[in-house]
Amino acid sequence: MFKKIHRRALIAGMAIAAVMSVAASVPLQAMENKLVVVTSYPPDTTETVKKAFEAKHPGVKVEMLKKKTTAGIKFLQETAGNNTSDMFWASAPDAFEVLKGDDLLQKYQVQVKGIPEKVGAFPINDPDGYYKGFAASGYGIMWNTRYLAAKKLPVPKTWADLATPVYNGHVGMSAPSRSGTTHLTVETLLQGQGWDKGWAQWKAIAGNFKTVTERSFGVPDGVNSGQFGLGIVIDFFGLSSKASGFPVDFLYPPITTLVPANIAIVKGAPHPKTAAAFIEFLLSPAGQEVLLDPKIRRLPVNPATYAKAPEGFPNPFKDSSIGSAVKFDLQLSKSRYNVVNSLFDVMVTYRLDDLRAATQAIQAAEAKLAGKSNPEAQKLVDEAKALVAKLPITEAQASEKDFNTIFKKKRKKATTKVTGRQAEIEQKWDSEVKANYVKARELAEKAASMI
Amino acid sequence: MKLLARGQWGPGAVALSLGLFLIVFLIIPVGQVIYVAFQDPNSGALTLINFIDFFNTSLFRESFINSFYVASMSVVLASAFALPLAYFTTRFNFGGSVLIQTLGVIPLIMPPFVGAVAMLLLFGENGSINLLLGDWFGINIPFMQGLNGVILVESIHYFPFILINLSAALNNIDRAMEESAQNLGSSGARLFRRIVFPLAMPGYVAGASLVFLKVFDDLGTPLLLNINTMLAPQAYLRITSVGISDPMGYVISVILVAFSLLALWTSFLALRGKDYATVQKGGGGLMKRDLRPWEKAGCYAVVIFILLLVLSPHFGLAILSFGTVWSYSVLPDGFTLDHYFRVFSTSSQFITNTLLYAGLAATIDVVFGTAIAYVVWRTKLVGRQWLDFAAMGAVAIPGVVLGIGYLRTFYAFNVPVIDKPLASWWVIIVIALAIRRLPYALRACVAALQQVSIMLEEAAENLGAGKRRTVTRIVVPLMSGGIVAGFVTSFATASVELSATIMLVSAESDAPLAFGIYEFMQSASGRGPGAALGIIAVLIVGIATYVSHRFIERRESERTPVAAATAGV
Repeated sequence: MFKKIHRRALIAGMAIAAVMSVAASVPLQAMENKLVVVTSYPPDTTETVKKAFEAKHPGVKVEMLKKKTTAGIKFLQETAGNNTSDMFWASAPDAFEVLKGDDLLQKYQVQVKGIPEKVGAFPINDPDGYYKGFAASGYGIMWNTRYLAAKKLPVPKTWADLATPVYNGHVGMSAPSRSGTTHLTVETLLQGQGWDKGWAQWKAIAGNFKTVTERSFGVPDGVNSGQFGLGIVIDFFGLSSKASGFPVDFLYPPITTLVPANIAIVKGAPHPKTAAAFIEFLLSPAGQEVLLDPKIRRLPVNPATYAKAPEGFPNPFKDSSIGSAVKFDLQLSKSRYNVVNSLFDVMVTYRLDDLRAATQAIQAAEAKLAGKSNPEAQKLVDEAKALVAKLPITEAQASEKDFNTIFKKKRKKATTKVTGRQAEIEQKWDSEVKANYVKARELAEKAASMI
Repeated sequence: MKLLARGQWGPGAVALSLGLFLIVFLIIPVGQVIYVAFQDPNSGALTLINFIDFFNTSLFRESFINSFYVASMSVVLASAFALPLAYFTTRFNFGGSVLIQTLGVIPLIMPPFVGAVAMLLLFGENGSINLLLGDWFGINIPFMQGLNGVILVESIHYFPFILINLSAALNNIDRAMEESAQNLGSSGARLFRRIVFPLAMPGYVAGASLVFLKVFDDLGTPLLLNINTMLAPQAYLRITSVGISDPMGYVISVILVAFSLLALWTSFLALRGKDYATVQKGGGGLMKRDLRPWEKAGCYAVVIFILLLVLSPHFGLAILSFGTVWSYSVLPDGFTLDHYFRVFSTSSQFITNTLLYAGLAATIDVVFGTAIAYVVWRTKLVGRQWLDFAAMGAVAIPGVVLGIGYLRTFYAFNVPVIDKPLASWWVIIVIALAIRRLPYALRACVAALQQVSIMLEEAAENLGAGKRRTVTRIVVPLMSGGIVAGFVTSFATASVELSATIMLVSAESDAPLAFGIYEFMQSASGRGPGAALGIIAVLIVGIATYVSHRFIERRESERTPVAAATAGV
């Protein structure tokens, strides 16, 4: 009896308290006291920004929900019917394009002044107003100085350098299907050098790969610990590793693009006002300065902030060589997003052993051929190289709408008829690619035996 | 025929609710995932075309062969680790047997990610060992190259399954068997090969099949070592890629589940038709022999070598957690306590969450495990075996599949009062952990129940005790040793689980340790703190294990007179 009364009183008390706390928080400030951010950033970044934001707005509790970019998209898509997230905060603009395309983002007009239109050749904000750039990121090469010294390797300057035989077995990279930033790297080179030449370049570099990592962070991790010497990474991985004390360094090769890292409000966000405040904070001078923290090290989009940067910190608003060589075409990238991912996996990730064997044979034959004149052997080597570079589809086909639907698999209606299945097509590519690699190796070995 | 005999209504209701729980939280979510595998990707109609695609794809065939090869080789290597440890400690008077057995279980408690990272730093191509070998002899041994690395890491991680089961089996062999063989003139290797090992076979097969299954399903290790051409990573990579709801990922999941069930069934077949029960307990356990000094030295050398090897991930982890920068060098550049300070100042919620989740999950497991064991072995309810099969089937469900299934099934379901989808409430993590670890607890509870004579229950009932009273006052107390063992196994493995939790954590404040480690390991300055968190996880589990062992020992010693009386009945 007594127990019952007690419990009832407790429930009533709780209910009153809940009502009162709601009532109290509303008139006091217009902002909600909670914020849920889906982000692909590591705690080093999220914790630092969160602390700074919470210090500015006491009483607000920020929750950072860590998901890999790809998983974050999936998460927002799956939970759209019952959304609990306020913001999406990640690097790759194409990820935001996907969400925008699915009508999962909310438009927002920024109040902060002083952010230029463009960084490098890329517009900082989404022209449609859905997502905002808060930092710039470029792609480049990081290396372990101890590793290079021990193996007596030179420091590479360009992407093409990475394809030279000295780096065989020393390079690491992630797959574009696994990491949004890696996808941008791949796409940048394809746009900068053209479809066929770009892929040939990628495969020549991939022939020197030690591994294709599953996570994008696997690359800086491998370079930091010395599992491999060089990695193809987004700038802040290299810069923050260096700032953390690892014996590593980073540079931008000439063909790179600066792409904004973005933030957006999710459609139907439960705490829209706090979300807006978060964007404003991130773009304010105080928020931009947080990006220079040694654990974060990202390029601010406010040019004024660079005055506070440490010496040697790259400044794209001053140094025009960074990220201006390629004008990144987001629509082109979007039109063939999944096809590029799938092609890379079929040709590189899953056939790395065959590709490496072919590359090594070609490199061996070329080394033997160096300085000698043997047109017949040279012809075989050239043929072998052409076979390695050969693509199962053309550029036009890669962007073809019907072809892309096979890889998207989002049936809008049950009646939409799609011919062909991804598994079927990939198997076709795979057998073609594998045969080419094997043939290339044979030709190169034949050429070597002729010299 | 009446469906339920009198006095079976209570157990019947319990069985029904257990069945309902398994259907809602295991069968329906898994079914949701598996269903996609049978859908035509273009039309949505039911079809087998995806399975045809699977077997037509050379990549998948290769992955299948690789997975099979890695799982088999891991069993071989794990046996090589477990056999000497189990044999020496059970058969000879050997100082430190208990210590060796305890240390031998620790590898099972390896938090995800950090273990393989530590192994790479020690055994990788440019790891400590190879750097030393390179300096001294100019050689480089590819311990961690390709599939080798997966086999090495997996067998070190899972060999305790064989060790535990084999040791238990060796301890249970009737000494009379061995004595008879010796009287008939058998000794040495022949005695072992013809008598001892065959009698210990059930334990070995149980352990080995568990190793095979876990390795076959394991996702984390191959992913961390960047091995893509295996089945579990292929399924994961397929399912988690952007915008692709590709059926092949689900097809692979179905094949993983089917193959795991097949492995379980094969191990069951291998033992069927043979009677391993020993008729009478002649004192129990093998004769323990004293070793000659040089034999002793040899055995110790082998044991120490194995222990050093299987504990190397933990050594590596400890060094990593105290080290400053460790890059392309034999040891870190310097040592520090900063990582621990950082973990304690920012991440203590990971620790409390883990204790809460793993504790709750393990409690659920032993309660359900005891209930299922009782229903299956002590009642005549129709279809009771299906409870056992369903609960054991969870062992064959990869964590990713369960995680995705939960997201699909429970996202639309809002929990009343807190008004949040069930799939994003922390309780779902507890349920996932409980389901994933139920098989371990269940086996321990079944084993414990089988050792409780039914006569004791009958005696209690004759004296007027009801079913419930009999179970709570007689059966459960007598099973306590097994229940605690089940609790420990569930708790220890649940506290480092990642594959299902990574899909289900929807707020950082709800995240357990394993997730925290994963997060830390995604940034350059997080490697040290991640390792420190890993060491904390190992310590928590280690202390919990030790405490419960002490508890069991105390119970055993209290119960000894009772046990003697039981044997006399």
